[in-house]
Amino acid sequence: MKKWMCYKAMRGHEPRSSSSCAACKLLKRKCIPTCIFAPYFRSDEPKKFAKVHKVFGASNVSKILTEVPEEQREDTVNSLAYEAEARLRDPVYGCIGAIALLQRKMIELQQDLAVARARLARYTTPAASSCAVLNDLCVGGSPAFSDLAACGDFFDSFSQNSLELNRVGDMYDFSQVPYM
Amino acid sequence: MSTSSRCAACRHLRRRCPSDCIFAPYFPANDPHRFACVHKIYGSSKVGNMLQDLPVELRAEAADAICIEAECRVQDPVYGCVRMISLLQQQIHNAESQLVKARAEIAVLGSHAQELRHHGQDI
Repeated sequence: MKKWMCYKAMRGHEPRSSSSCAACKLLKRKCIPTCIFAPYFRSDEPKKFAKVHKVFGASNVSKILTEVPEEQREDTVNSLAYEAEARLRDPVYGCIGAIALLQRKMIELQQDLAVARARLARYTTPAASSCAVLNDLCVGGSPAFSDLAACGDFFDSFSQNSLELNRVGDMYDFSQVPYM
Repeated sequence: MSTSSRCAACRHLRRRCPSDCIFAPYFPANDPHRFACVHKIYGSSKVGNMLQDLPVELRAEAADAICIEAECRVQDPVYGCVRMISLLQQQIHNAESQLVKARAEIAVLGSHAQELRHHGQDI
């Protein structure tokens, strides 16, 4: 046994368990120096990879990471982790539930802003301050909304179901959205 | 079962489409792109398991949501649909700031108007 361990040490092998990333630990395989997962799934964060693996699968994650430039892989991993977390919390709607919730909030805010604009208009004077505020209130169309135009029916029916939105509302931790 | 009645999933996977195919109700043959995206991002067995684990009445909505997420990820491999969430959050933050500003402006203008009214009554 000792001879074998010396042999392994001479070959430069480190003890497997201390150098494996979270992915290789879960997949029960040797973590090679060029492991695509190792920079992003540290061994002290086993749950992160576990969630991503459960939803996407290791080979799909590997393919996605291989297809993006290296400098964007960390953001990719973080967004995949967020999506996986959302899908595990809400197996029906996943991230789409969060989007519908935020869309509804945005619509409510735009309505509140329209009311505020109407009230300010009653006080409209040639004064610059009022005009500046009125100009600021012209909230343009949301690019996020237009990107989802093709999915309009799905979001319309989901957003109108206030009971469903209330159900999913507590599930999402928006503070953990990857910074862009 | 004849090849012409296979669902998009079974066509993509080049297999026979059984009568109880988990994918068939949600991946019709006339929309091959829908399953192709889902297969690329999640893989067929993951999607099959996701649908299998849900009550039948929720599977259609789940399939639609999964398809949207997969489509977003195919178009934007780095952020997928999370980009939308981040954009919406930023817009909400901006709108809330504007609303606070507007309400403060309303409060100021409202109190000015009230002062003017009182001043007019005093005269």
